[in-house]
Amino acid sequence: MNATAYNFAYLDEQTKRMIRRAILKAIAIPGYQVPFASREMPMPYGWGTGGVQVTAAILGPDDVLKVIDQGSDDTTNAISIRKFFAKTAGVATTTSTEQASVIQTRHRIPEAPLRAGQVLVYQVPIPEPLRFLEPRETETRRMHALGEYGLMHVKLYEDIARFGHIATSYAYPVKVNARYVMDPSPTPKFDNPKMDDCPALQLFGAGREKRIYAIPPHTKVVSLDFEDHPFSRYRFDAPCALCGADDSYLDEIVTDDRGSRMFVCSDTDYCEGRQAAGHRGTESAAPHKERVHG
Amino acid sequence: MAERLTGNDEPLLVAEGLAKNYGRLTACRDISFALYPGEVLAVVGESGSGKSTLLQLLSAQLSPSSGRVSYRMRDGVLRDLASLGEAERRFLFRTDWGFVHQDPAQGLRMAVSAGANVGERLMAVGWNHYGRIREAASNWLERVEIEVSRIDDAPRTYSGGMRQRLQIARNLVTEPRLVFMDEPTGGLDVSVQARLLDLLRNLVSELGLAAVIVTHDLAVARLLSHRVMVMKGGQVIETGLTDQVLDDPREPYTQLLVSSILPP
Repeated sequence: MNATAYNFAYLDEQTKRMIRRAILKAIAIPGYQVPFASREMPMPYGWGTGGVQVTAAILGPDDVLKVIDQGSDDTTNAISIRKFFAKTAGVATTTSTEQASVIQTRHRIPEAPLRAGQVLVYQVPIPEPLRFLEPRETETRRMHALGEYGLMHVKLYEDIARFGHIATSYAYPVKVNARYVMDPSPTPKFDNPKMDDCPALQLFGAGREKRIYAIPPHTKVVSLDFEDHPFSRYRFDAPCALCGADDSYLDEIVTDDRGSRMFVCSDTDYCEGRQAAGHRGTESAAPHKERVHG
Repeated sequence: MAERLTGNDEPLLVAEGLAKNYGRLTACRDISFALYPGEVLAVVGESGSGKSTLLQLLSAQLSPSSGRVSYRMRDGVLRDLASLGEAERRFLFRTDWGFVHQDPAQGLRMAVSAGANVGERLMAVGWNHYGRIREAASNWLERVEIEVSRIDDAPRTYSGGMRQRLQIARNLVTEPRLVFMDEPTGGLDVSVQARLLDLLRNLVSELGLAAVIVTHDLAVARLLSHRVMVMKGGQVIETGLTDQVLDDPREPYTQLLVSSILPP
């Protein structure tokens, strides 16, 4: 198809205007879910239709776009969204966190610290943190309006009662700017502290649920917890097998059917950067050679 | 004793000329009374007599067509419920008030554990210490005679009587001063009813609770309440001390109601 058949970044200008209004409102009220008229996108719900619309609305010709899926730059979802914008907007794309001005993400926040001027766009499946405790939308909205968040602690209480600790490991609820409780999308709770006082703008788009919310730069984001069961990050207790990093979030990769596994950075850009800088893990010399780990 | 009396001589809840119409249908008409701290009022009458509507009016879940309900807040000021903001009303509802539904499934979260059910109100008023919440929850389970070992079970796994007792614990954990009960013993078998009534009677007197109990069961009224209001066709037709009304009913309808109980 001829590239000129599309408006810049696929969406028409009226739609982008509408989405930008929602984004502005979301930035003005940190953590508040702003309804917007989500459009049909040329991809199924659950593949990032919300994030794509937000990205399309904020993208300019000079932007450099990075797309990550579960930390990885090279999964189907990440590659197709990157290609989508390369084709419809003609913007430059990158896999480098440092060089990107707009980063669309699914389920991770990059390990490399973000800087002022960058925008992190999250793909959100279910924006309502209270959803599984209170099914009525009318009621959850009222609870947000009145700041009634006792129910959120009921969920954490249940975790401790059942598992002895707060077992929620992703989509861990946070309180934004001491007002709204927000679902940080299904990022691992390892990433929660990165949201606090982040110099970059964070935007959240939920396409199917038709909601946009935001965390402006340098906003206070606190993970909910109990005094006697404080919030804690979680990471596998191992260094990355490829780059030796002991501070990054790890993916567990099963390597055979006899219980062997390796742990590697979920953030591929971070891992590759470290390897290029000469860091080595246990597997990086001979990745083809099978070994039993102990 | 004298001290308690001086503290209790101001009404807690005042209804003045309450009426509720649903279109042409009048559900409640011209109802006025005052409820004092520690007092238990039973509202009796047959189905459709306006009891439940009255309960909803009193607990600010419905707004009256005319008349008003006032409540003495913890600071001692009598305030019209209609003048409260929604946030204040909801706060009142989960701190100073309790509401016991006939069907426990309406008043409980059936999918979360009993401990969390009891603890929810505490967390809603800012308790943030798991150990203390759990301790308060197990104390209350003990008080309503539920085995503490079942604290982590969901009420789905409880029997009807246990669910009802759990609902009571959930309501009383914030030490409310006023509890509304809508047929608290409805749907329970007779021996379970007796146990529940016994428990309720003890709790009400221990905690000095004021309560409005809607029931069609005169035995419940006799056992729990100090005063009785008899309703028919949306109006209060007779009111007085429980023993007086039940032993010596004046109105023909009340006489009918009392005489329709099978002798034990």
